[in-house]
Amino acid sequence: MAKVTFREERCKGCGLCVGACPKKIVALDETKLNQQGHHPAKVTEPEKCIGCAFCATMCPDCVITVER
Amino acid sequence: MADKVLMKGNEALAEAAIMAGCRHYFGYPITPQTEVAAYLAKRMPQIGGTFLQAESEVAAINMVIGVASAGKRVMTSSSSPGISLKSEGISYLAGCDLPALIVNVQRGGPGLGGIQPSQSDYFQATRGAGHGDFRMLVLAPASVQEMASLVFKGFDLADKYRMTTMILADGTMGQMMEPVSLDMGEVKAYDKPWAVTGTKGERTHNIVNSLSLLPEELEQWNIKRYAMYKEIEENEAMYEEFMADDADIVVVAFGVAARVARNAIVAAREKGIKAGMIRPITLWPFPKKVLFEKAKTAKAFISVELNMGQMIEDVELAIRCSRPVTLCSRTGGMIPTPEQVLQSIEEAAAKNGGDK
Amino acid sequence: MIVFEKPKALADVKLHYCPGCTHGIIHRLVAEAIDELGIEGRTIGVAPVGCSVFAYNYFNCDMVQAAHGRAPAVATGVKRADPNNIVFTYQGDGDLAAIGTAETVHSAARGENITVIFVNNAIYGMTGGQMAPTTLPGQVTQTSPYGRQVESVGYPVKVCELLSNVTGAAYLERVAVNDVKNVKNAARAIKKAFRYQLEGKGFSLIEVLSTCPTNWGLTPDKALKWLEENMMPYYPLGVYKDKYAEEAGK
Repeated sequence: MAKVTFREERCKGCGLCVGACPKKIVALDETKLNQQGHHPAKVTEPEKCIGCAFCATMCPDCVITVER
Repeated sequence: MADKVLMKGNEALAEAAIMAGCRHYFGYPITPQTEVAAYLAKRMPQIGGTFLQAESEVAAINMVIGVASAGKRVMTSSSSPGISLKSEGISYLAGCDLPALIVNVQRGGPGLGGIQPSQSDYFQATRGAGHGDFRMLVLAPASVQEMASLVFKGFDLADKYRMTTMILADGTMGQMMEPVSLDMGEVKAYDKPWAVTGTKGERTHNIVNSLSLLPEELEQWNIKRYAMYKEIEENEAMYEEFMADDADIVVVAFGVAARVARNAIVAAREKGIKAGMIRPITLWPFPKKVLFEKAKTAKAFISVELNMGQMIEDVELAIRCSRPVTLCSRTGGMIPTPEQVLQSIEEAAAKNGGDK
Repeated sequence: MIVFEKPKALADVKLHYCPGCTHGIIHRLVAEAIDELGIEGRTIGVAPVGCSVFAYNYFNCDMVQAAHGRAPAVATGVKRADPNNIVFTYQGDGDLAAIGTAETVHSAARGENITVIFVNNAIYGMTGGQMAPTTLPGQVTQTSPYGRQVESVGYPVKVCELLSNVTGAAYLERVAVNDVKNVKNAARAIKKAFRYQLEGKGFSLIEVLSTCPTNWGLTPDKALKWLEENMMPYYPLGVYKDKYAEEAGK
């Protein structure tokens, strides 16, 4: 099973990962604000993740690590 | 002592640069310094060095920055309008604390000006070589021997202080042929742990940079540099005295002007006027102390220059305006004659009571 | 098994770029190439003036910060000082295609063995969104408030097309970072450019179409769309020159 981890404090909430996810399971966490004042990205349904790393590929801030 | 050889000033300068370990030259053609480039274009390939004719003076000075960043000795040469183009890079060299050697074989200005000898870039060299708070070491050769020895010395000073050395010459120095000894001694090697040579995985990265957006930090950089400049002013000023011991009338002149003045001083002495000369070899740091001391006994000073009067301000500052200072000059590529300088000496003596 | 993480050649610091600015992706691609080729210890980067001025803080290799537009000249010096080192410049469109045009063209003409990463986002970012040499016809910026009027200010400079006529250039390719497929292609091109330098093949330039959501006045996702719909038709992607592929084909 794939595992995606977000380095939340580095996330700028730009959402490029959200648009890149083929499974539509990445979203900005509107319940949270990081120290920079952004809603950090997260995976909403981890069990659906296929570990394609598209989210990480589009992330300009190297927030995302993908394991498979 | 090695034998002397007969050489042109520009060629002696170029050969001395090679002896100082310089293996990279970048330039752009401009009269009257082209022989430096032509000589190095021949010599550099013979010794595995780089001679590169850049697309502009701007590019050439930035190539100099590249080699200096990598910790190697490097030079460029140009003439007045070309130095103006290099001024951006000269400021960056200062801001990055990089050592480099720049030769300015001056010609008359402003603008495109002319191509005859001039000293009208004195202000530019000693004051305004680029934007920002900084200084350059400025060396003024007055013989073919000095065209060589000051280049050798200039590279050493540049490395020692991580600064730009400018050789401020003129067309006569470049074209003149004189016997010269190329026995320059040992090249002193300096550690350059700041240079961008590749981390080799053994250290954190080096950054050669002049950007500092924090005003507190930028101020500190400048204060630190100026503390070093003060030390240089204390220790590195060079000058030559000529019949100056008992002089009532002290001529101050550098480069070709000093050679002209020398003849006039001998003529003045023959007429019974106690004239002498202080010839600054470093224009920055300016030999202030010796002039200040001379002002205690001398009656008047004369600044002999190939411009409308630029160094005269430094002479007045050095002696705190305690004695009259007059200007004897030609400009636009003209050179004062010994007779003109003698006349200035005689006038100063008559007005200020120089002993007959 | 880790299938994606920050490349080692990229410093572990927060990038100062605006949210969604694709400079960050391009930085990462350069760092990935350095990692994959194992050249960090002998690579020297030259940073420009513009938004990516702080690139010197973001790469773990040695770095020099150049004056505006002069990076290829500085890189020439660094490379000539030690030809065994791998030297790249990272420059924006104002830096490379306006003030630094001469340095760009002549380093290519000399076949200088360096790699140029050219980030084209059709605007001056750092100074707040002025018209760039690559601003599209009709594009509104702070200094083209009525849209770029080609009658008075002329047409955008197409760098790859321009340099494709320069004999000394070895490899020129235009890529984009607007979607996953293009990012992966950009990664391949950047790595190839570095590899060419390692092989002593000479001057290479990769033009990367990039976004500027802040100064374009668009959200990051709409900026990607704008790049695709407006920039890519005007600046077609592809290889503009590959001297060695041409020679191999002969």
